[in-house]
Amino acid sequence: MAPRPLSPHLSVYRFAYTMALSILHRITGVALASGLLVLVAWLLALGGGPQAYAAFTGFMGHGLIQVILGAWLLAFLYHLANGIRHLFWDTGRGFAKTAARRSARMVIAFVVVAGALLVYVFFWPAGGVQ
Amino acid sequence: MRGSTPLGKVLGYGSAKDGAGHWWVQRVTAVALVPLTIWFVLSLASLPLADHAAVTAWMRQSLHAVPLSVLILTLCWHARLGVQVVLEDYVHHHGIKVTSLLLSTFLHALLASTGVFAVLRIAFAV
Repeated sequence: MAPRPLSPHLSVYRFAYTMALSILHRITGVALASGLLVLVAWLLALGGGPQAYAAFTGFMGHGLIQVILGAWLLAFLYHLANGIRHLFWDTGRGFAKTAARRSARMVIAFVVVAGALLVYVFFWPAGGVQ
Repeated sequence: MRGSTPLGKVLGYGSAKDGAGHWWVQRVTAVALVPLTIWFVLSLASLPLADHAAVTAWMRQSLHAVPLSVLILTLCWHARLGVQVVLEDYVHHHGIKVTSLLLSTFLHALLASTGVFAVLRIAFAV
């Protein structure tokens, strides 16, 4: 078969931030899929007894790991909100340029507000649960 | 062969018998994951996560162990479908594509079964 041009021709479009949000849904999705490893490791450590669990939480307490956990939290919030946006699109509504941009801003606002709240709850030394 | 294209007749592949199945299951799991993940994150936020006894006591209740198991299975299913689409779109070498799809399926199945096993081990521990 002759090589055919494949859609979408991304390079012919003027950049719009809705495009960045679109690819971010996939990026956060793949990142969250890798987070399944940590979820299962957490459950195994929890079932392994207090000592195994202490070793696990100790490892998770390292600065760089905490940053990754925080990034996962934000990735989850984004994927959740933008996923609901996708489900709404699946009903055939919200595709007009203004509507798509409005829902994009709503997603970003949700991530900022819920992200700030949950980062405070999970990671702030004095305020949170840890 | 009503409704098929000339190219389709020549290639003779016919229907993959799957149709919109992938698309639909991706949506069904997505809808289920909205309440499940919100519940899970809020539960984590309200738990003293460093306290082994407290977290274990929380997970031993069937009201928590059952939805947690459903969450793990649904997450792994949804993730497998999503990773599949990404691999199919961006991996162009046929052999690498098939191999990575196979590995992804095995890995997600392993994570799903190990995750549920870990929850049940905590829930049924004496």
